Amino acid sequence: MGKMCLDFKKVSKIFAHFQRKKFSVPLIGLAAIVILLYGLEQAGLKIPSLIEMSLLVMTPLGLAAVGESINQKAGLINIGLEGIFLISAVIGVYAAVKIGSGVLGVLIGTLAGAFIGLLFAVICVYGRANQIVAGMGINIIAIGFVPFFMLTVWRSWLLTIPQFQISALFYNPIRLQPVTVLAIIAAILASILLYKTLFGLRIRAAGEKPEAVDVAGVRVDRIRLFTATLGGALCGLGGAFLALGWFGGIVKEISAGRGFIALACVVCAGLRPLRALGFAFMFGFAEALAVTIAILYKDILPENFIYMIPYIVTLVAVIIVGKAMFPRAIGKPYVRE
Amino acid sequence: MINRIVKGLRDLARPVGQSVFAVLVGLSIGALIMIISGNNPIAAYYALFKGAFGSLSGWLQTLTFATPLMLTAITFAVGMKAGIFNIGAEGQVYIGAVGAAWVGGWIALPAGLHVAAATAFGMLFGVLWALPAALLKIWRGVHEVISTIMFNWIAFYFAIFLVGHLAGERAELTKPAMTSARYAVLGESLTSVIFVVIALCILVYILLWRTRTGYELRLAGSNPDAARYAGISVRRAILISFIVGGLAAGLAGAAQVLGGHPSWALFKGMGNVANYGFMGIGIALIGRNHPIGGIFAAIFYGGLLNGRIAMQAEAGVYSELVYVILGIIIISLAIPDLLAIVKKRFK
Repeated sequence: MGKMCLDFKKVSKIFAHFQRKKFSVPLIGLAAIVILLYGLEQAGLKIPSLIEMSLLVMTPLGLAAVGESINQKAGLINIGLEGIFLISAVIGVYAAVKIGSGVLGVLIGTLAGAFIGLLFAVICVYGRANQIVAGMGINIIAIGFVPFFMLTVWRSWLLTIPQFQISALFYNPIRLQPVTVLAIIAAILASILLYKTLFGLRIRAAGEKPEAVDVAGVRVDRIRLFTATLGGALCGLGGAFLALGWFGGIVKEISAGRGFIALACVVCAGLRPLRALGFAFMFGFAEALAVTIAILYKDILPENFIYMIPYIVTLVAVIIVGKAMFPRAIGKPYVRE
Repeated sequence: MINRIVKGLRDLARPVGQSVFAVLVGLSIGALIMIISGNNPIAAYYALFKGAFGSLSGWLQTLTFATPLMLTAITFAVGMKAGIFNIGAEGQVYIGAVGAAWVGGWIALPAGLHVAAATAFGMLFGVLWALPAALLKIWRGVHEVISTIMFNWIAFYFAIFLVGHLAGERAELTKPAMTSARYAVLGESLTSVIFVVIALCILVYILLWRTRTGYELRLAGSNPDAARYAGISVRRAILISFIVGGLAAGLAGAAQVLGGHPSWALFKGMGNVANYGFMGIGIALIGRNHPIGGIFAAIFYGGLLNGRIAMQAEAGVYSELVYVILGIIIISLAIPDLLAIVKKRFK
């Protein structure tokens, strides 16, 4: 009896520890998914294909969300992720076709994303631009640039290049893409960077109290240029993955609002990279599950309602999480006095 | 009196100068892209502006393109005045167009009443689609950028679904609005709906700058702390901004259907309403978030939308470039002191 009490104390201590560390949300989510998977297995659904699709959806969302988490921690908010997805996808495909290598295509797509991120930071840090407006500008440029580029180069709005699709790491038990592994590594590294290093402390301070960082002799502008470039690069990697790892080609609206879903991941995760990746997986899983079930009942449910699912899932998530906690100086240009 | 006019003009010079400069930056970078892609920018812009403003029929077509832009600009501008980034005009336009197409094409009413009822339903549907994002912002603090974009995508597929149910003989569009629900054609594709649109712009101007509600809305947007201190409800201001925005965007959708000579219908792929909501963001910024400024900005950009057809045909530049130009204009306008920065550099 006494031993049990001890155990209970231990368990509650561990639980409190997790709560303090704010691991509870993703842990409960993970447990829910495992229970759900068991139920689905019993119901006769193919679990491997479900996980495969969840990971596919997670990869670009997670990459963009991890990068944007760091970016927002430093005080910049870039809502142009959608535009970066689109532009890096089309540049990645162009490079892949031109060079003849999918991997190099992904690399150049990543660089394109980094370049846009840097440009955004220069505009916002030195031009003191309204960040939401500038981000929306990136999105609207992409609405025009992608079809303009595709028509000018290929005379078409649709291009399939299965021969340049990057191959999976392995196929059993599930198909695993190398970029998916990169996304997970990026989330872990970002978490270590933000919470375990001096530079991470400075990044977080640049978002909370930029004047203190400045007084300490660290350049706020350089921190923000770095985080925005990194965020752009990760988002660009996600965009190039969309085209070269997942679709095996490109259509002019390839990202279909995923840039904003990634933004929702960041907001739901309270700007924590690992949690953002967790939310990306949850969104991916919800989308995969909903689509799988919807296809089973496609005679009853019109296809247009199936297409709505990712956006409805995102809305439900942001409604449940509610108001996000942002750094104090987010969205505000820092002016030295 | 004269002093007041002079002062008014002087106050106007700075914002207008900034907008003109941003437009020039957009057109210059557009020209650069044309050169890189192997086109002649002078020939392209000549064809574009000649097509848009070179003849009476060009002007009429330009005004046709400008009509919905004036409204979607209001959606964004009123949001900005209340401190909100309402980028949900796109979806509200779709749903507004569905409402107008339904009443205009399927419900027989006496002439005169019919066009008014169909227009009103378009606006009502626009507001209904705008409200959830407003309520989520007020109740749960959901960021409006995320919620409105999600509602835009849901609206896209929902509207496609509804068009399927409102189709007449042709499956790819709704049953055309009955003659009694159409606005009168003024020439080319321009219809009398433009007068309704301009009237709404003026009404919104009066609401914002000549009423107590408008003053409170603007104060809540520019200085929420001061507004709260003065006992003004910021939530009410947010709600009003979304309602006005929804009315304007819904009317834009209705205008594309009931004033949409010669099809008088909504296309299944949203072809005749797509992107007007997003373009409205740029129009609002060029018009300095002012309903009357928005009218002029819409006419300018309506010219680009009209002239791009001639540009593509005569100079071989793909017409999508005009969106890139708008995006660059938006980014230029996001930088508050761009003109001053450039002036300093070249002194």
